[in-house]
Amino acid sequence: MNQHHSQHLLRMILSCLIIFFTLSSAGCGQNLGNNIPSISLPKKQKDAVALSGNYSGAGASSQQSAIQTWIVGFNELQPAVNLSYDPSGSGAGVATFLNGANVWAGSDIPLNNEQLRNSETICHGHTAFDLPDYAAPIAITYNLSSYGLNAKHLHLTAQVIAEIFNGTITNWDSPQIKALNPSIASQLPDLSITPVWRSDKSGTTKNFEEYLAAAAPHDWTKTSSENWSYQAGQGAKGTSGVIQTVLQAEGTIGYADAAQVTSGLGIVAVHVGTNYVLPTDIATSNALSQSTILPSTTGRVIVSLPHTTTVANTYPIDLVSYAIACPVYTNNSKAEFVKQWLTYIDSVEGQDAAHMTSGSVPLSHNIRTKVMETIQSIRVVAS
Amino acid sequence: MIHTSSTHSTSTFVSRTLCRYADTIFKYITLIAGLIILFILTAVTVFLLIQAAPAMVGDKNQTVWAIRSLSGGRTIHFWTYVGPLIFGTILTSFLALVCALFIALGVALFITQYAPRPLAFILSHVIDLLAAVPSVIFGLWGGLVLVPSTYPFWKWMNTYFGWIPLFSGQASNPPRTVATVSLVLTIMILPIICSMARDIFQQTPVLLKEAALGLGATQWEMIKLAVLPFGKKGVISAAMLGLGRALGETMAVLMILSPGDLYSWKLLVASQNQTIAANIAAQFPESDSAGVSVLIATGLVLFVITFLVNIAAHHLTGNAIHTKQKNNIRHPLCINKQFIRCSETD
Repeated sequence: MNQHHSQHLLRMILSCLIIFFTLSSAGCGQNLGNNIPSISLPKKQKDAVALSGNYSGAGASSQQSAIQTWIVGFNELQPAVNLSYDPSGSGAGVATFLNGANVWAGSDIPLNNEQLRNSETICHGHTAFDLPDYAAPIAITYNLSSYGLNAKHLHLTAQVIAEIFNGTITNWDSPQIKALNPSIASQLPDLSITPVWRSDKSGTTKNFEEYLAAAAPHDWTKTSSENWSYQAGQGAKGTSGVIQTVLQAEGTIGYADAAQVTSGLGIVAVHVGTNYVLPTDIATSNALSQSTILPSTTGRVIVSLPHTTTVANTYPIDLVSYAIACPVYTNNSKAEFVKQWLTYIDSVEGQDAAHMTSGSVPLSHNIRTKVMETIQSIRVVAS
Repeated sequence: MIHTSSTHSTSTFVSRTLCRYADTIFKYITLIAGLIILFILTAVTVFLLIQAAPAMVGDKNQTVWAIRSLSGGRTIHFWTYVGPLIFGTILTSFLALVCALFIALGVALFITQYAPRPLAFILSHVIDLLAAVPSVIFGLWGGLVLVPSTYPFWKWMNTYFGWIPLFSGQASNPPRTVATVSLVLTIMILPIICSMARDIFQQTPVLLKEAALGLGATQWEMIKLAVLPFGKKGVISAAMLGLGRALGETMAVLMILSPGDLYSWKLLVASQNQTIAANIAAQFPESDSAGVSVLIATGLVLFVITFLVNIAAHHLTGNAIHTKQKNNIRHPLCINKQFIRCSETD
């Protein structure tokens, strides 16, 4: 009897403890959640309509860190808005946008015809538009560290880059590479080249292949897609996988978002005009202001990059990512949110904030003007 | 006192009534549990079939485009797309199974038959711990540590055993190859096979073992005659469980293997093979609806393969059950006969 009682007591104490810990830890979570707004910077007043509610987007992971910055910045203007972004990938993001689960989507590639047709249901008879909101240079990075070449910025032309990545040039001491790098020709090792590419579907791959197809059409004959077209070398998952693979062995060369390239790896200077250009902010900015915008009657702003430019200090290999939304809404607050959100992220301050945190390059004036025209045309119709 | 006795009688009454229904209630609970499994399996199959249908019977044009995009323009037909994936999946898992089975059997036999008690105790626990490590940890470890550090070994294999087709070609550096992946998969499935085999070997009737030893068998002969035949069925199902894990392993493969779409046996060369599960994980996020449908169709193929493996395992262990029952019935005789045969050949 006594033992029974003590067991009972023990069980009671244990369950009390469990309940206590569960409650207290739940309390912890709530406290944390409540504390976040108090950390944020002092609010700025603007003459915009006050918004509230939950809005979510999903899509390209390339935009993730920029969007996180924008969410913080937007909350300073509209503190009652709860924003979230799921970096699930362009395709998945567009799919959730098309079935109405998300208000906007981020995508590394503009909508295709089928997606445009499907968007008519969610956009009330109109087709969705894509607006550029994020641009960054794609760096070609290599590892020849023990030969002391990582700091030298190898000089390569589009043709040689294409031949390296399609497996035609297989050794670092090949005459083509030597000819372009006379000052370090004697240091180039007799070492096989391992091209490293993205093994997952990726907008970075598509943009890089588009550059090669445009600038070296004789050597890059495959149609550019989000999946790598050749099999020479090695594939790795995600930007981080590519960087990691390049780091793991010498003789590797890969392409990745320039902001993600680890310091210490070599970065290729690409031949443009009469010079060799590095993926700097200014060179990318120049590329963006030289880019053309494809004509559209539905407000789409699709950027065509100057891959074959010869203008000095222009870096031709860049990634442009888009925000996808509807031109027409039946819900007033949703339309107002999309308008304000897109206006903010494509504003000078929005682009500068992303530049500070994610290494993106602010969009040029000509692109932003087009984007703002489309945003102004967003309207509300009666359902 | 009266009070306690009355509560006592009520409680016995309750427990008696409970007892009467307990059997029935328990029977239905187990029935529901069984039905849930059937329901889940049906639901998964139906889901796969519905989602894969557009790729199988839907708009041809869309499927062609989706496959062209998924394969980087290398093929437009579903079976030429999924074929190398099936090959890669089976190649990596079987390599892992073959390596793991021998090591696991060795460890299990050492623990149960040879090791002193304290060592066996520690080893057992270490193996159970290994079994609990999540695959993403193995993937990270494999990708960050094993890949760069195993290159000298693979290079050595390539130089001296390159005449064997499996090790031919130029060894890739970094070795993000089928060889490294199979090594990680081996380590991943080793604990499962090992702990199951250990539990089974421990169950070997002492009578059998002592009889064998008593008739003059050495330790190894005792294992060969008493322990291994007794544990055969269990070892096979342990191996199949391990194979199942290897077939479906995603994270480790995704993080280590450099994919390719060839029917290639060159284990030391990168970009030769890819597995179905890792391919789905790599392609899914950026795929549109037609692409997703094609990927799910490849998932359906994996599902069928796993199913076939399970049926085969069932078949093998089913046969083993029959032989074991027969053995059990004529135990002493059987042992005697075997020993007679053994001593005759000696």
